[in-house]
Amino acid sequence: MASTEEIRSNLAEIVNEIAGIPVEDVQLDKSFTDDLDVDSLSMVEVVVAAEEKFDVKIPDDEVKNLKTVGDAVAFIERAQNG
Amino acid sequence: MSTITPSTGAEYAGILGIGSYRPRRVVPNSEILEHIDSSDEWIQTRSGIKERRWADDDETVLMMSVNAAKDALTDSGIDPAEIGCVIVATVTHLYQTPAIATRIAVEVGAPTAAAFDISAACAGFCYGVAMANDLVRGGSAKYVLAIGVERLSDLTDRTDRSTAFIFADGAGAAIVGPTDEPGIGPVVWGSDGTQHQVISQKESWQEAAGSYNWPHLQMDGNPVFRWASFAMAKTAQQALDVAGVKAEQLDLFVPHQANMRITDAMRKALKLPEHVKVARDIERQGNTSAASIPLAITAMREAGEASSGDLALIIGFGAGLVYAAQVIRVP
Repeated sequence: MASTEEIRSNLAEIVNEIAGIPVEDVQLDKSFTDDLDVDSLSMVEVVVAAEEKFDVKIPDDEVKNLKTVGDAVAFIERAQNG
Repeated sequence: MSTITPSTGAEYAGILGIGSYRPRRVVPNSEILEHIDSSDEWIQTRSGIKERRWADDDETVLMMSVNAAKDALTDSGIDPAEIGCVIVATVTHLYQTPAIATRIAVEVGAPTAAAFDISAACAGFCYGVAMANDLVRGGSAKYVLAIGVERLSDLTDRTDRSTAFIFADGAGAAIVGPTDEPGIGPVVWGSDGTQHQVISQKESWQEAAGSYNWPHLQMDGNPVFRWASFAMAKTAQQALDVAGVKAEQLDLFVPHQANMRITDAMRKALKLPEHVKVARDIERQGNTSAASIPLAITAMREAGEASSGDLALIIGFGAGLVYAAQVIRVP
């Protein structure tokens, strides 16, 4: 099972590839929209890439709850364990 | 025992001519911003749209369709009297009956052609071309006029900041007929009614009756973006596969002009080579639903980006949800 840090690091690479944000900026306490300037459409692209990378399902209804990088990492951890 | 003589059609069909009509009035983002709290920068980064065309009162669904159809007829060199069927894809001919197709048939010089409208939203043009292909190959019509036409501005809520900047007006038309070589690949099409609510008319006509306002279109952007960008890229790939065409053999990629971000995401997911020219008519034309693909193809021809004989991958997708994709040869 991937550690929290591994998930964060892989997610940071996805955010970097889609939105061009430096990987070191993608930390657990950062808000996707307010801190990282990831808009709602890029967020959808991040979610789809994360589903493939982590082999989880992230429903549309859930996306709006993933406000910070930490929210997303925690969701992926729960989904992988579930 | 007596038997029924079956119809026999052409071995192959293709698009013989294509035409379009763009409304006169250019509506810049600044005009949209008079009614919504947004910015030119926000609209452009979320959609790629710089301006769109909205029809004036005299630029009716009929008028725009007839102009596009005459343009396509001239392009094809076909005698209009030989048109056996007129298919009109639209969601903005605001009468339940009769179909607008019958009047278009009269105006273009095919007064006795079979004529009907179809409701397949932004997939309408691809649905029409698929049916036209089968009608020609099945022997039900020698030539078919397939039209995509919309006046979406009539159903646009000018105060809805999530859709007011997107929708626009225009018409496109194609003449489909017999060809020596296959000109239209097998269609990959379908629907997903479980997502009927993500793009829809908000009020029924009955609910709108008596109110000053007409019904409006509404759209839940993020689920639509997800479906269009990723599920539809797979559909587009299937259309290539069933046609036996590889991405590197394509000249053009002409997706429904829904949103530049969807086009970019699809292009990336399809891993299209650099030489494949991608339709970006949405920048100047907005989202014209069923009309967007023929409008984009004619724009690419006028700009010298598309030539006769080019192989193009076209895909329409929208409210329903419905979708259709095929490989075509540009006339």
